[in-house]
Amino acid sequence: MTTTADADANAAGGTADDAERHEAAAHLDLQRWRGRATDPEADRSRAEEATPEAIARLRVRSRALLRDLLRPHRGRLGLAVGLLLAQNAAAMSGPYLVMLGIDRAIGPLRAGDSGPLVAIAGAFAAATVVEYAARRGFLTLSARIGQAVLLELRQRVYGHFLRLSVGFHERYTSGRMISRLTSDLDSIAELLDGGVDSLVLAGLSILSVAGILLWLDLPLAAVTLLAFPFLFLLSRWFARASAGAYRRTREAVSLVIVHFVESLRGIRAVQAYRREPRNQRIFAAVNDDYRQASLRAFRLIATYSPGIKVIGNVTVAVVLGYGGARVLGGAMEVGVLAAFLLYLRRFFEPMQELSQFYNSLQSATAALEKLAGVLDERPGVAEPARPAPLPGGDARGAVEFRSVSFGYRAGAPILSGLDLSVPAGQTVALVGATGAGKSTIAKLLARFHDPDAGTVALDGVDLRDLADAELRRAVVLVAQENHLFSGSVAENIRFGRPGADDAAVQAAARAIGAHDFIAALPDGYATEVRRRGGRLSAGQRQLVAFARAFLADPRVLILDEATSSLDVPTERLVQRALATVLRDRTALVIAHRLSTVETADRVLVLDGGRVVEDGPPERLTATGGRYAALRRQWRDSLV
Amino acid sequence: MPAESDGVPTHRGDAARPLRNLWRLRHYLRPHAVAFCWLLVAALAATGASLAVPLVVQRVVDGPVARHDPGGLVRLGGLALLLGLAEALLIFIRRWAQTSSSVGMEATIRADIYAHLQRLPAGFHDRWQTGQLLSRVTSDLSVIRRFLSFGLLFLVLNLVTYVAVVVLLVRLHPTLGLLVAASAVPLFLISRRFGRYYHAASRRMQDQQGDVATLVEETAQGLRTMKAYGRGPELAARFADGARALHDTGVAKSRLLARTSALFDLVPNLTLGVVLVAGAVAAARGALTIGELVAFVSLQLMLIWPVQSLGWIIANGQEAATAADRIQEVLDTEPAIVDAPHAVGLARAGVRGRLAFEGVSFRYPGTPAPVLRGIDLTVEPGETLALVGATGVGKSTLLSLVPRLHDVSAGRITLDGHDVRDLRLASLRRLVGVAFEEPTLFSMSVWENLTLGRPDADADEVRAALALAQADFAYELPWGLATRVGEQGLTLSGGQRQRLALARAVLGRPALLVLDDPLSALDVHTEALVEAALRRVLRDTTALLVVHRPSTVALADRVALLERGRITAVGTHSRLLATVPAYRAVLSADPAPPADAGPRAGAALAGPDGRGLVRS
Repeated sequence: MTTTADADANAAGGTADDAERHEAAAHLDLQRWRGRATDPEADRSRAEEATPEAIARLRVRSRALLRDLLRPHRGRLGLAVGLLLAQNAAAMSGPYLVMLGIDRAIGPLRAGDSGPLVAIAGAFAAATVVEYAARRGFLTLSARIGQAVLLELRQRVYGHFLRLSVGFHERYTSGRMISRLTSDLDSIAELLDGGVDSLVLAGLSILSVAGILLWLDLPLAAVTLLAFPFLFLLSRWFARASAGAYRRTREAVSLVIVHFVESLRGIRAVQAYRREPRNQRIFAAVNDDYRQASLRAFRLIATYSPGIKVIGNVTVAVVLGYGGARVLGGAMEVGVLAAFLLYLRRFFEPMQELSQFYNSLQSATAALEKLAGVLDERPGVAEPARPAPLPGGDARGAVEFRSVSFGYRAGAPILSGLDLSVPAGQTVALVGATGAGKSTIAKLLARFHDPDAGTVALDGVDLRDLADAELRRAVVLVAQENHLFSGSVAENIRFGRPGADDAAVQAAARAIGAHDFIAALPDGYATEVRRRGGRLSAGQRQLVAFARAFLADPRVLILDEATSSLDVPTERLVQRALATVLRDRTALVIAHRLSTVETADRVLVLDGGRVVEDGPPERLTATGGRYAALRRQWRDSLV
Repeated sequence: MPAESDGVPTHRGDAARPLRNLWRLRHYLRPHAVAFCWLLVAALAATGASLAVPLVVQRVVDGPVARHDPGGLVRLGGLALLLGLAEALLIFIRRWAQTSSSVGMEATIRADIYAHLQRLPAGFHDRWQTGQLLSRVTSDLSVIRRFLSFGLLFLVLNLVTYVAVVVLLVRLHPTLGLLVAASAVPLFLISRRFGRYYHAASRRMQDQQGDVATLVEETAQGLRTMKAYGRGPELAARFADGARALHDTGVAKSRLLARTSALFDLVPNLTLGVVLVAGAVAAARGALTIGELVAFVSLQLMLIWPVQSLGWIIANGQEAATAADRIQEVLDTEPAIVDAPHAVGLARAGVRGRLAFEGVSFRYPGTPAPVLRGIDLTVEPGETLALVGATGVGKSTLLSLVPRLHDVSAGRITLDGHDVRDLRLASLRRLVGVAFEEPTLFSMSVWENLTLGRPDADADEVRAALALAQADFAYELPWGLATRVGEQGLTLSGGQRQRLALARAVLGRPALLVLDDPLSALDVHTEALVEAALRRVLRDTTALLVVHRPSTVALADRVALLERGRITAVGTHSRLLATVPAYRAVLSADPAPPADAGPRAGAALAGPDGRGLVRS
């Protein structure tokens, strides 16, 4: 596989055609290395379809989101606008007072009367103080509003990401999630930073000046109004072009972030396999794609803003000619023309500000669209609106699968019509080849996914009707890959039960045999695990994860290959602890090591999503089916 | 700064020269120097044109219109039109040039940082959170881009305007002019003070942005764990802390900016007031004509905007400065593991694959105790050596030294007698095939994941590697090898991922295979198949394996026992099993005499046949 992407670095100087061709090539290459996603909606939220209707819908929704975010701040926004107007009025009065001073105070002063000068100086000082206070107040207040909106939005989107199902996150990727919560919010922050200011002031002066123009001379004002269709057309062109362009920058930056985050996270593999040059080429391609997207968007505003200038300046020239002719014809006073021209300039000056505001709004809207798309995503595994209680209040731990069908993709069922009943307190081991559906059963019971058909029930209650908090208190899944959050070892164990005290944390660690290694760490339980537990070995991480599950003390414990990285004595310790722990709990154990399986009350052999053997291990061994064969093979593998 | 608290050399912009690091980025400006000159010229010319238009208009009104001269009206009107169009054109040129150069520069710096990060060793990445690095290549870079495309330009334009106007004022009326010039002193003091405080706040904000990015990244990583325990509310609270810290800094920062901006407004206004009073008094005394006073004040009004915008420009500049600090912190970190000047490359064909550890010690930076001490170990060409030891004893660390993901602290590792540090990194890593205990997969096509180290591999080689690792399931995926594996390959089962990682390791036909517990997630049946296939490969490849299971030990010719950072025994499996109790304890199917486990626990687990229940 070769790439043409690196040639793109030089495309900046090329023609637009060149750039486009390069872009297409880079795009093609991106498609190839990324591979084809199994889900057509892998790269976006479901709301972000590519149809024009979906785009329009999302746009409306994103503006609604902005309004919704601003609504609680209506009062403060009003106050901010008031302060802004006060500041503006004070600023306007300055030059007026200066002229007043020159016209009215110098004469009396010559006559020895300093009264008018003192009065005007006093008024000037007062205006200055008002301007200072109002400006300071406005800037502080508007920043407060902006920051509050950002905080709310950030938390709302983050909270929603937490609610979305594992399936969503698998296709959306973490890089894209990071991009939404950092880069997209940055561009919204830009709007909030300077938006109110320019919008209000520019709007205000345009309106007031328009009034003055109409009052000064109607025919000239009518000529001025001729500029409006052009302004409108130009703005509409900009609105359409920039919406698409900014949308593309958001998508392009996501890809940069996705690649950046993933490749640095896997830096050990990258370096061990000398992947750096290829990574660099891919990064160059996505980075360049982002550069081109930004360039396109920024060039639109680089065209739009001078375009408005052209309309303004041409209007000034036309008014000058027409007005001059009218004055020559005696239809108008020179003074009126002079004043009209002066105000006309003030009329178009703020248009520049408005175009900047519009630009920020377009950029922020593109980002808001992405966030609105995420917020619009209904959690695939939703919390019930009206949760049902467990009978008797506390979970006993009876698990039932009733004709459960499930597949990760349509048309590729993993389970079809599975029936399985596990009485409370039973330890069940799941055995079978890869793809038999063991982990799928575990994930359905932990409600990472909901079944396509049938129900999974705990103590007779459908998991879909259980409040998440209650379900999680009752059911815990410990998987092969266990994440340690940055923080101390103790905090990571406490993740299982946030209220637990240090003694309980230590007891949990002792119980599964993790205490010795933790105590030997530089700071014992207070040792920081660093990013993703970098300093603990895989086995140690599994031990911490076990201690966490032990502390969580659920009624139903699911172990999916949870001891695969442990050495034999440690695994033995864990299993000893488990035997005590599991005695009065329901447990679902998936392990390739049959040692674990032998301790189970019951073994299920799965094949193609169906239970093909079911019974206590001794009986299955004795009857000589698949389990017996597997067990023989395993025995032989022992030395 | 949580990320760098443990001894990463941080090059904080020293307080005396806060702009040093920003200045150091100037070489990125060089390719765009001509464009920058042009845009500066265009900006100045546009300003000139915009000043000229009202003057022409004034001339039209005073001249042709007043004198009823239609020809003059047309001429001057045409001039006004031309000037107006020229102004717009110049603005267009400035913005267009600005856009290309600033966006281009941003992309170049980003690519350079990424390249540098790829060169930095695993030890660096262990300490630095990805979120912190990410915020440097996104948020920080766009701050610098904004400064280069707007802040810097307006700083220059405004300073030029300020100086020009002040010079005119002094010429108009030296005393009042000097008074206005003196107002630069409080402005300077305010700027300096503001700059200092804002510098700190801006740095704090950027660090907190990195923290928030880190939190998000971590959430994405730990999502399943979070779901499994239903700890959404706790994570949300944790995120709320981070977001609120960011919010608070944002508010504090804008409070600083609000205060200073208002002061920047106040100073020229006060000066104006003083000029008004003093000018009026002077005019009353006849020391100044009223016309002069009007001209003076009108000129002075031109100073308000440049001064007012100074607050914003300084803020922008400080943010760019701290952003540059953060970027240089990364770029200044020297890659610790690089090619030695005299490094040589070895051809695959010429390598026999004798691997020797000679007195190797290793200590993670920032930790007091060494993980490995005085390791002496030799793997003969074609031999397979298994490394056995308790959880956390340093087996994986030992393996990571071979492809130089870390460098030894003492002693040396040799390949065919060459110190690995004397080999070119690319050559060494080409010779060594690695599979980690956690299979690292990327959200790319299966093909891309497999050919990580061998982009030139052909379909047959890939097929062979997949067959060896019993990973033919890859062909059954919806798009075959073109299927994108989900992030970190989480849509695959643990066993599937491990088999892909194994296929990747053997695909390079390496001279030396380094496999970290490569079969731990495989079921018994698949494990047997992989073992059989692996045995064929291992026959003529030197290999170092970490194993936990006796079944996998069977692959090895010899076994080494790692205990407390030392190799305490080397020999065949059966010999060690017979003679070394510690080895038996770590690997044996029979439970060791219960030393720490109480009899109660043992009894609880003993099966009906009296056998230990727990075993490989």
